[in-house]
This record gives sequence, structure tokens and C-alpha cells, in this order.
Amino acid sequence: MTAPVIFLYFIGSFVLLSVLGMLAMWVDRKVTARLQFRVGPPWYQSFADFVKLTGKEVLIPAKANIFMFVFAPVLAVTAAATAGTILLLVLTRGFGFQGDIILLLYLLTVPSLSIILGASSSGNVLASVGLSREMKLLLGYELPFVCALIIPALMGGLTTSLSEIVKFQNGNGMNIGSFAGITGFLIAIFALQGKIGFVPFDLAEAEAELAGGALIEYSGILLGLFKLAKAILLMAGPLLLIGLYFGGINFSSFAGVIAGLLKYVLILVLFVLIKNTNPRLRIDQALRFFWGWMTLFGITGILLAIMGW
Amino acid sequence: MNLKIKALKKSLWVYHLSGGSCNNCDIEILDCLTPRFDIERFGMTLIGSPRHADVLLCTGIVNKKCVERVKEVYEQAAKPCVVVAIGACACSGGIFRDGYQMGGPLNKIIPVDAYIPGCPPKPEAMIAGIVKLLEKLK
Repeated sequence: MTAPVIFLYFIGSFVLLSVLGMLAMWVDRKVTARLQFRVGPPWYQSFADFVKLTGKEVLIPAKANIFMFVFAPVLAVTAAATAGTILLLVLTRGFGFQGDIILLLYLLTVPSLSIILGASSSGNVLASVGLSREMKLLLGYELPFVCALIIPALMGGLTTSLSEIVKFQNGNGMNIGSFAGITGFLIAIFALQGKIGFVPFDLAEAEAELAGGALIEYSGILLGLFKLAKAILLMAGPLLLIGLYFGGINFSSFAGVIAGLLKYVLILVLFVLIKNTNPRLRIDQALRFFWGWMTLFGITGILLAIMGW
Repeated sequence: MNLKIKALKKSLWVYHLSGGSCNNCDIEILDCLTPRFDIERFGMTLIGSPRHADVLLCTGIVNKKCVERVKEVYEQAAKPCVVVAIGACACSGGIFRDGYQMGGPLNKIIPVDAYIPGCPPKPEAMIAGIVKLLEKLK
């Protein structure tokens, strides 16, 4: 592929992922509302929020480092969209190379890093508390997440290419069908919950005690970009899990697309259920959870994958 | 009508600012956010930072200590941002209007877009007030 084609792919999948991600955000809010016996927001709520934020004034605090403060949300959106583009290319066209799950691991870390960058350059005390929590949480969930990436790589016959993992599953059945696959999938769900910042692990944006936490000083379009990055991550994260554990999406037939959609909805509903049935953890509890149980599960999963279960 | 204003009407983020109230209006605001009234139907959510705010819900007489703080929060809020005075005290001073600690009422300190009287106003009254305000918004 030449450069302009890749650029067109990027723009196309950026728009597609943004729209779908915002709809997924709405599904999350609507299901939450229904679980609390409320009516919930209308379907265009996330779009209205984003358009409203583009029309608001952008305030930059006097103590802020202006370049980093403005650059961080742009970085978050770009990294999330790049990860999403690669995932879409892998799932739709079988594009890929050795080591692309390592690249995806890096790219999916960047949105969290850019929240840390933006918060630390805003010069706000509450933001710095939020960013220290985000940093510890990042250290916490990265380790189990790496385990969750190693398991399918081992099961697919020692490969680090996502498209080969998908191809392996199309021949030998989905990874989720084995013990190692189930273990890996569970870990990956919790790690992504932390990455997206959903409720048991939303301590960086704790509204109750940190007043918005890491994003406290952001307003207008910059805040909108962070929300957009989150929406894209909500789309890209489950897509990665579909590739790793559910055998990808078959775009050649209508039934395959419907099946892919069902896989996505299943993962999204799991996210929302975990979000609504758990209170927020303290940072020490979150770290103990990730470095204790989740890493233990991860090592067990790797051993199971080596034994071929 | 402008698209951004249209979106603003559908997604009001509310910041709750207490300028020295007796806490009764604050409790009624929290009642208004409960599932019984479910204002998320209209896209309204409570947020924690004035930087994210579209509506400042102000309660209380704004006592002398609070005057500077209320001004500060209003300056920190990203515009366009509307201010709603909730309760008799914020609207006019109420029973405290002759008190020595009186620094307000609110409209002497920052521009107010809507007044919702009552001691305290019911959640229904707040929703009615906000709806009337939305019709005026341009």
C-alpha cells in the first residue's frame, strides 16, 4: 500500500470508529440508566456533548505549559485512532506483520500516557493527584494485559502477528474455547476496563473527591478530544479482543458481519455489567487486584497455553 | 438556529455552587438529580469542575467571605455558561437580606440568567425553570 491509500484508510477508519465509539458510549449510558430504573439519554447524546464542547471557550490555566497542555489530547486521539486503524486493517483485509500486537500494546498505552502528560502540564493540584493515580493504575494493568497478549500468541503457534492469530483460529476454532483462552479473556476484560477508565478503575477521574481529576483543567474542544479518544478506545479495545480470542470478524458474508456485531455487543455488555455492579476501588486495592490475582491468572493462563489446554 | 447552541441545549452540564446557603436548596438540587426525576433524559449531568460547566446552579445569600469565590468560579467557567439562582436567598436575600453577613444577592456579583424562587424550590420547579431558560437561549 502506498502512503496516500494508508492516509485515506486512516481518515476513513477514524471517522467510522469515532461514530461507532460514540454510539457505544451511548449504549453504555443507556444500559446504566435502565439498570437504575431510569429512562436514560437519547441516542444522539454523545454527539450533542461533542458538538457542544467544540463550541465552548478553551481556557488555558496561567500556570500551564501551553504546548503540552494542547498537545496531549491530540496525541491521545491520534494514538487511539492509529490503533483502531491497524485493527480494522487486520480484521477486514488480513493486513499485518510480525510484531503488530506489540505495536498495538504500545499504541493503546499512549492515551493513558497523554492523560498523564496533560494533567501534569496543567499545574493543578487535584489534577496531579489524578495523574499519580493514573500512573499507578497504568503500571498495574499493563502487566496482566501483556499476559493476555502472550496467551493467544502462544496458542497461535508462537506468532506476534494478529492476522496469523486470527487465521489460526479460523482453522482450529476460537481461542475462547480453551481454558487458557478463557483465562486470558477474563484478564483482558479487566485490563481494558482500567485502560478505558470505567468504574471500578475510574480513580483518575474520580468525580466525587477529585472534581474531574486529571481532566479538571480541560475545557472546550480539548476536553472533547479526550472524550473522543475514550470513545475510540471503547471501540478499539473490544476489536482487539475479538481478534485475539473470538477469531476475528468475517466480512465476506452478511451472517459473518452479524456474528461480529454480536461478539462486540457481548464484550460491551460485559464492560457495562462490571461497571454497574462494582464500586470504585482505592488505588492500593486496584494495584493488589492487578498485580496479585490478575497476574497470577495470567501466569496460569500462559502455563495452560504452553501445555496446549 | 446555530448547531452548537442546539447541541448546548441537549447537553447541559451542571455545576453546583453553594454561596453560603442553609443547605436546604442543595439537598433539593441533589433530589433533582435522583433517578425519580432522571434529568439525564435531557442530557444534563452533574460535573465536578467549573471548567466543564454549562450551567452554574448557585444557592445561598452569597455571604461576604463567598463573594470573591463566586466571582472566581464564574470567571473559571468556560463560556457560554448560564447562571441560575436557586432559592429565595440567591434571588433576593430572603430572610437574611438585612443580616450583617449579607454579601449578595447573587445578581449584584455575577450576571444571573434565571431565578427559581422558593424556600427551598421543589425539583419540579427547578426543571420548569431550566426549561424556560432553554427557550430563551440563543
